[in-house]
Amino acid sequence: MADITNQSLNEIIENVKTKKVSSSELTKAYIKNIEGAKKLNAFVTTTFDQALDKSKKFDNKPNFDQLLPGIPLAVKDLFCTENTKTTAGSNILNNFIPSYESTVTKNLWDNGSFLLGKLNCDEFAMGSSNETSYYGNVINPVGDQLVPGGSSGGSSSALAADLTPATIGTDTGGSIRQPASFTGTVGLKPTYGLCSRWGIVAFASSLDQAGPMTKTIKDCAIMLEAMSGFDEKDSTSINKKKEQYSKNLKDNIKGLKIGIPKEYRVDNMPKEVDELWEKGKKILKDLGAQLIDISLPHTKYALPTYYIVAPAEASSNLARYDGVRYGYRSKQGKDLIEMYEKTRSEGFGDEVKRRILIGTYVLSSGYYDAYYLKAQKVRQLIKKDFDDSFKKIDAILTPSTPSSAFKIGEKTNDPVSMYLNDIFTVPVNLAGLPALSMPAGVDNQGHPLGLQLIGKALDEQKILNIGYAFEKNCGFNNEIKKWWS
Amino acid sequence: MSKEKFDYFIKGEKGKYEVVIGLEVHAQVLSKSKLFSGSSTKFGADPNNQVSLIDSAFPGMLPVINEECVKQAVRTGLGLSAKINNYSVFDRKNYFYADLPQGYQISQYKNPIVGEGKVLLDMPYGSKEIGIERLHLEQDAGKSIHDMDPSNTYVDLNRSGIALMEIVSKPDLRSPDEVNAYIKKLRSIMRYLGTCDGNMQEGSLRADVNVSVRKEGDTNFGTRCEIKNVNSIKFMQMAIEYEAARQVELIENGKKIDQETRLFDTKKNETRSMRSKEDAHDYRYFPDPDLLPLKLEQKLIDDLKKSLPELPDKKKERFVKEYGLNAYEANVLVSEKEISEYYEEVAKLSDKKLAATWMMGDLFAMLNDRGLDISKSPISAKHFAELVQAIKSGEISGRIAKEVFEIMVESGDNPKKIIESKGMKQQSDPKELEKMINEILSKNKDKVDQYKAGKEKLFGFFVGQVMKLSGGKANPQLTNEILKKLLKG
Repeated sequence: MADITNQSLNEIIENVKTKKVSSSELTKAYIKNIEGAKKLNAFVTTTFDQALDKSKKFDNKPNFDQLLPGIPLAVKDLFCTENTKTTAGSNILNNFIPSYESTVTKNLWDNGSFLLGKLNCDEFAMGSSNETSYYGNVINPVGDQLVPGGSSGGSSSALAADLTPATIGTDTGGSIRQPASFTGTVGLKPTYGLCSRWGIVAFASSLDQAGPMTKTIKDCAIMLEAMSGFDEKDSTSINKKKEQYSKNLKDNIKGLKIGIPKEYRVDNMPKEVDELWEKGKKILKDLGAQLIDISLPHTKYALPTYYIVAPAEASSNLARYDGVRYGYRSKQGKDLIEMYEKTRSEGFGDEVKRRILIGTYVLSSGYYDAYYLKAQKVRQLIKKDFDDSFKKIDAILTPSTPSSAFKIGEKTNDPVSMYLNDIFTVPVNLAGLPALSMPAGVDNQGHPLGLQLIGKALDEQKILNIGYAFEKNCGFNNEIKKWWS
Repeated sequence: MSKEKFDYFIKGEKGKYEVVIGLEVHAQVLSKSKLFSGSSTKFGADPNNQVSLIDSAFPGMLPVINEECVKQAVRTGLGLSAKINNYSVFDRKNYFYADLPQGYQISQYKNPIVGEGKVLLDMPYGSKEIGIERLHLEQDAGKSIHDMDPSNTYVDLNRSGIALMEIVSKPDLRSPDEVNAYIKKLRSIMRYLGTCDGNMQEGSLRADVNVSVRKEGDTNFGTRCEIKNVNSIKFMQMAIEYEAARQVELIENGKKIDQETRLFDTKKNETRSMRSKEDAHDYRYFPDPDLLPLKLEQKLIDDLKKSLPELPDKKKERFVKEYGLNAYEANVLVSEKEISEYYEEVAKLSDKKLAATWMMGDLFAMLNDRGLDISKSPISAKHFAELVQAIKSGEISGRIAKEVFEIMVESGDNPKKIIESKGMKQQSDPKELEKMINEILSKNKDKVDQYKAGKEKLFGFFVGQVMKLSGGKANPQLTNEILKKLLKG
């Protein structure tokens, strides 16, 4: 049979179910791909033996009623996996092997899949290019000089390079959608609280959300269905009935009202991004949707707000990495304070340190009101902008990113220009809404670009449906040459 | 108002100083599991045996509030006649220490679960109300053990994450005696409610003590110092005395008092500076994003209010009314829930007033000698009531009763059995007594003559002789009557 690994997850599942391919054959095919793609540096850890073992077990006693029957999956190394090293892309967790499984990955395994390996990511998910990882930068399969986006850069790279049939990432300010956009893949950040945060290494607790990264919208629906669900171990988890996103996927979007926010047309945005947005609008309009101009007036404050709230929470969340109980501990240091200082200096990278410093500063006495408190107020205004708009529309269409994938090293010395990459994705996290990035075209260098669909809270089905209709009519084809093998 | 007057002042060269004290009491919530995890809270387990992944702050672990702890805090708030806040928020208090796994303590900062309330103290100079500023829930830290190894510190996380109630008083206390009364009353209320066992040896109740002084009559507060983590009432009192004297001396010498945190050294009986205001931690409080704000339904609060037990103040009122006790007796007998329950059981079966006298006398003395709580009393309430009744009915004299009491303590037997088997019953038969008295009078004719001649003091001698002859069993009242009658004749 032809190379099964370049098929969509949905097609692969069908092939497994109809016994055209066994789980072991599938697993072996991916292992072969992964071994041939070391240049991409997408993996921090591989679990091949375990995966082969699980695939054989599946083949001996297959259960085809599951959502992900016998499907091997690699996941971002931010998800704690039982007995498998979990690094969060950091030296400080270089030796950390959890005794527990994150709820989201457990949900995947309970649906018939198993772990293929752990995917590289920016250290503690702090980055937009996967260049802050202690385990080295990841390369975008689109081009050997390009970053895969971040922080879920290992995930986007592995997915686009056929090293995993689908994957999951986490999105605090765009970490799923931006890498998806950079690699011509689909990425969904669900409503805050739809997927449990239990067992995911925390970056910014009020913003972090796990979500699927896939080749198609249908795959995205399958993965979201498998990974989501109420979890009483996470106090911010939403208690609601599980939805059947893939079964309920429809491509009829006639009459839906799509908001077009004027604030997302930013200065210096490449012409191609604007043209792509126009193309998207036209496709949706031709499908019977109604375009409505809207205003989200506080959008311009989203990025500064995000870069106060997220580092503030991170500075506190990362305090536990102190060398006392687990993880890296410096051998230097003559007392407790020195041990802390050396451990954290040696254990964390520059970007993480930068954000801990920012976060510590904005929470400090005398600065709290001016920064953190004000940011929280602005956050409410940003949320209100969306709430007001959603009274008259069903979804919002915007570009996913202000540009296509940039070059490795291009922005590493300019953190602010790096942060600006999140300008379209960050407001969604602040408002806790679901948003989908779907591939929509390429720029003049042939690099993929994505469009973003933002939905009301818990309206994942609707944006998936719009994306599904869009996908069928967009004609995007992710042509990646396997230059690395 | 009693005739006693409040007079706790520090006397300096330049006048009298009033001591102003406020307490932050940390009371461990009585609950099976910790505030945000399912780990056990039992005291005395081997180190690090009651620690979950949450308590030790592993990556990706999240806190989930323990509803029972919330209810316990509400109950305590209600017991302090305090305002219960329907909306409260958990905040992170950030600081680094080896026994603080998260690098922050989850506490409540701006929006505590309980607001203003009060505690009533019975002081010799009358009753006094102490204001409660607030009560909030927070996590305890673990324990650093510095003396197990010369070069390493060991950490025990069993306590890490256990729920504490921090109860903050207003600066209404004015003397070590009031602090003593306040802590005891607070402890008593919480023990009645079953919200804290109040066990100070096990660290279930500790306090930070804020002390300042001011010239008698001044209305502005002086600069205060906070003495951290004092774990017995005696040490609190010693620390206050030392600290107040230190502050007065500074003032009298024209020096400034620095607002600072101090430690009480129990061995040297002195407080020492721990850190000044300038070095104070910046805890960078902010709402914990892992926890939603705590919203309490009014119905829950109302239901908890309805299910509260009778509290000491109310019970005291009832004891005065129902059992005819005086305020002092009632106060002592309601101080501990178990004591009040013991008393009520005894009072139901015997004379109420006599029961109180005997409990507060012999029973308490015996328990005190043996270092026992009333729940461990070797004499059951039922047996004790039988003893009180035997005294009341005249079956045995008070003197014999003391002997019976001793035997009861040793044997655990009921008093009836002891009185009968040892023939300790009081001699109350007038004929028998008359026979005995006549015998004594005839043996001591000279003394009878002296008595009749006016030496009335000898009456006691005759009583003594009767007691001696009867082996102490003669009914003293009857003996007196008959003796008087016969001596007249």
